[in-house]
Amino acid sequence: MLNDNPLDPRRSFQGLILTLQGFWAAQGCVVLQPYDMEMGAGTFHPATTLRSLGPRPWKAAYVQPCRRPKDGRYGQNPNRLQHYYQFQVIMKPSPPDLQDLYLGSLAAIGIDARLHDIRFVEDDWESPTLGAWGLGWECWCDGMEVSQFTYFQQVAGFECAPVSGELTYGLERLAMYVQGKESIFDLNFNGRDGAEEVSYGDVFLQAEEEYSRYNFEHADTDMLFRHFKDAETECRRLLESGAPTAGSNEPRHRLAEPAYDQCIKASHLFNLLDARGVISVTERQSYILRVRELAKACGAAWLQTAGGGA
Amino acid sequence: MPTLPMPDLLLELFSEEIPARMQAQACHDLRKLVADALVARGLTYEGARALATPRRLVLHIAGLPARQPDMREERKGPRVGSPEGAIRGFLKSAGLQSIDQARIEKDPRKGEFYVTTIERAGKPTAELLAEVLPEVVRGFPWPKSMRWGASSAKPDALRWVRPLHSILCTFGPETEDPEVVAFEINGTRSANVTFGHRFMAPAPIKVRRFDDFVASLEKAKVIVDPERRKNIILHDARDLALAQGLELVEDEGLANEAAGLVEWPVVLMGEFEAAFLDIPPEVIRATIRANQKCFVLRDPTSGGLANRFVLVANMIASDGGRAIAAGNARVVRARLSDAKFFWETDLRVPLAARLPKLDGIVFHEKLGTQSKRVKRIMALARELAPLVGADPEKAERAAQLAKADLVSEMVGEFPELQGLMGRYYGLAQGEDASVAAAIEEHYKPQGPNDRVPTDPISVAVALADKIDTLVGFWAIDEKPTGSKDPYALRRAALGVIRIVLENALRLHLLDAMKEPMKRVHDARKLQHAAHRTPKEQEEDEIFEAAFEDKRAEDHQWVLLFFAERLKVHLREQGARHDLIDAVFALPGQDDLLMIVRRVEELGKFLDTEDGGNLLTGYRRAANILRAEEKKDGAGAFDEPRAADLLVLPEEKALATALARATADAAACVGNEDFAGAMRALSLLRPPVDAFFDKVTVNAADPRLRGNRLRLLNELRRAVHNVADFSKIAEAAASLVRGAPSGPAHKAASPGP
Repeated sequence: MLNDNPLDPRRSFQGLILTLQGFWAAQGCVVLQPYDMEMGAGTFHPATTLRSLGPRPWKAAYVQPCRRPKDGRYGQNPNRLQHYYQFQVIMKPSPPDLQDLYLGSLAAIGIDARLHDIRFVEDDWESPTLGAWGLGWECWCDGMEVSQFTYFQQVAGFECAPVSGELTYGLERLAMYVQGKESIFDLNFNGRDGAEEVSYGDVFLQAEEEYSRYNFEHADTDMLFRHFKDAETECRRLLESGAPTAGSNEPRHRLAEPAYDQCIKASHLFNLLDARGVISVTERQSYILRVRELAKACGAAWLQTAGGGA
Repeated sequence: MPTLPMPDLLLELFSEEIPARMQAQACHDLRKLVADALVARGLTYEGARALATPRRLVLHIAGLPARQPDMREERKGPRVGSPEGAIRGFLKSAGLQSIDQARIEKDPRKGEFYVTTIERAGKPTAELLAEVLPEVVRGFPWPKSMRWGASSAKPDALRWVRPLHSILCTFGPETEDPEVVAFEINGTRSANVTFGHRFMAPAPIKVRRFDDFVASLEKAKVIVDPERRKNIILHDARDLALAQGLELVEDEGLANEAAGLVEWPVVLMGEFEAAFLDIPPEVIRATIRANQKCFVLRDPTSGGLANRFVLVANMIASDGGRAIAAGNARVVRARLSDAKFFWETDLRVPLAARLPKLDGIVFHEKLGTQSKRVKRIMALARELAPLVGADPEKAERAAQLAKADLVSEMVGEFPELQGLMGRYYGLAQGEDASVAAAIEEHYKPQGPNDRVPTDPISVAVALADKIDTLVGFWAIDEKPTGSKDPYALRRAALGVIRIVLENALRLHLLDAMKEPMKRVHDARKLQHAAHRTPKEQEEDEIFEAAFEDKRAEDHQWVLLFFAERLKVHLREQGARHDLIDAVFALPGQDDLLMIVRRVEELGKFLDTEDGGNLLTGYRRAANILRAEEKKDGAGAFDEPRAADLLVLPEEKALATALARATADAAACVGNEDFAGAMRALSLLRPPVDAFFDKVTVNAADPRLRGNRLRLLNELRRAVHNVADFSKIAEAAASLVRGAPSGPAHKAASPGP
């Protein structure tokens, strides 16, 4: 039964987040805060992309806001947003009981496995822009996809050794399910009732409207094209100037993370341009390829850092 | 001595969830790989069966011997007195300590040799299994496999479809406690333990052999046999539908997939708002099936879909499945809302208004955009229209709109609805009904069992679409090779064949292809010219000439390709391939319907006695001609025969009959009366028989010989008016060849 606790994951969006953070913190994950850059998915966070490369063990959990300009619907669609949250867990190497841990996290947020139909349905993951792929599932609860579960095989074009296990929870969708709401905007954000309740719509509806306008109508595409080029150039420059030089006593790369920031930036700029419909089908491929080349080069640089095991 | 019961092998590979679509093939591979490996080691068995659930692959091999049979092998060594090295090598390979252990045998031709008999005692089967099974697991041919966990950092890490958690492997006869076949893979040791349903009975279960394995798992809410799970799903789904006065829309593929997603099927029914039934039923079905793996239901009173669906859960839920059904219904509703949104949005945009978007879609790098393709198909549909009895305006319109739905929201979401959505949108937007129908039907027939369009507009566009594909990919040399046919050109050609034959269309393929081929080549030339630098321009003339050659070559290719496809098609219908060859060998055969008619008539004719005898007479004439042409040179007897050199009454009679039969047969062929042509030829039988009976072809007088051979050549030509009889298989006349001299017709028999 629901209790009066406003932080019950079935009552509030923030309660859901806090519960998941608490659960994964108890599994030894470092709980990070969102990365302070615009990105299309939690996987782009360096805590996943870069840390999944190299031999060093790593466990982290964090919320990441995701920006998908193309998915904006001016706040009119109850299921689609251009800005939403993912909860991301990364464990390297993947523990043998990762499925059980995942099911434990569902129990923690109030999904009773005796009452619901929880299933692991094949869904292999691939990110052409990151040069990454893995095998896994979409996790279904009563026919609804609530998470992605992936064993990373390759990231930035490098074989993962060891393999990481990655979990991605679509927080809004999960919250709609546990709160029993039909529209994202009706979600109870703070778990209070009556006048004290703050809904998801109170927090984000206006932003959805404004950003949809920006993404589809107002973004300055000439500027975006320019910025894409700038980010690409800066990334290359940093990769070059941070590279270990022959004969020096610094054998490691010194600028892998700042370089990767520029790769994230380029990826987001591409998404904005794509939403504005100014990239043709043939060009699209070549832009994806350009971002992937950056990601690969950043991955290679990371592997030459202490964090990458060098 | 009492016969000991033969032991059984039970193997279970327990893992995280195996993709449903891979389970059947994995069963097949597991059974084959293990069985083959055992047979290769001299172990035969009574029966082998592999089963799968989402979490396990299971193999049961019954009736294996407990030991491998002993082996005995004669090994021949080097010659006595051979160098030290050769002797040492022999001792090593044969496992001998000294050469005294080998015996010496005498070979009458080569002298004395060392020989030894190697005997190897058979190993216990369990020991062999412990060798074989890890090999099979390590080399398992999953379509996609992965590494996981800490061990994934090692270079020799095990790959499996998903993390492999435990291995159960027992071996032994029914009467005793079976032993665990002990091996280790990737740190996992084989044991005799399995696990039940993930949520309903997760505890470990001790297992002895297959029978108690299946029974214990069933108690633990796992049905190991996928066929049984599927039958339960179908049975329960039908029952549930019936209880509501509805019918299940049967779907074999979906039933198999659903069975691969659950260990314990629980069939439940969900509901959605009746308002969604405004969406076309195919869309509802595609939405519910693709996204939710649920079945749709038909309402027998209306004939349309009902606003219910059937889902397959993996759980006996504590509330009887209410929450599960409600949860699924929520998702179905959200999906149908999306579909309804797509449907309504799409309806607002006229199909013709979508055409500019096709400019942005590349059909093939070398063949341009979809937009260019549509223009080619429009021109061709217009050209073909009069030939198939279609209104050219409408055919062109249908071709113009045929690909417009590819850029609709709905087809973007469900590509399998291409064509169908165009039809719905066209109808709703006031297009002519046959134009709308052609948008859907121009893709047909998709395979040998698919329906062939019959409406003339559909026929024109369907032919235009397929011919454009064929001509285009030929022009850029993307011809199918062996089993590779990435652009489905064989299917396109078969489509053309079926449309033409089933609609009894008269179509000269070469004529029909001439214009489209020219269009493609001209476009390619333009494209080519655009890339020319001044320096290269002198090469352009050569290139121009090459294009002309290429076009001529493509024409030949078209005929050969269609001939091959038609042969395959007719063979499947039971026609004799040699008769098809006999007709195709005639020059300029590009009218599919006439080819088939001729093949039919030829078959019937050869089945008659006259036909059989004429074939025999033809063969005699052709054989003699071939032999004599070798001496005198090809074409030596092509001149007309001279009337004044006809001496004997039999040759005069044949000449007269030939003149008449040739004229009659040609006239009949001109009127496409192949039966008549063959009847005319059949009148040649008595004069041909008489000729061979009484006339010596190779007369001493060279003038008579030449004239008689010219007469036979005339006979050959007359027969070739109808078909090239030289292509007809020998089997049809095999009885004749064994006949002694004398008139051939006595020994002739009708064809098979």
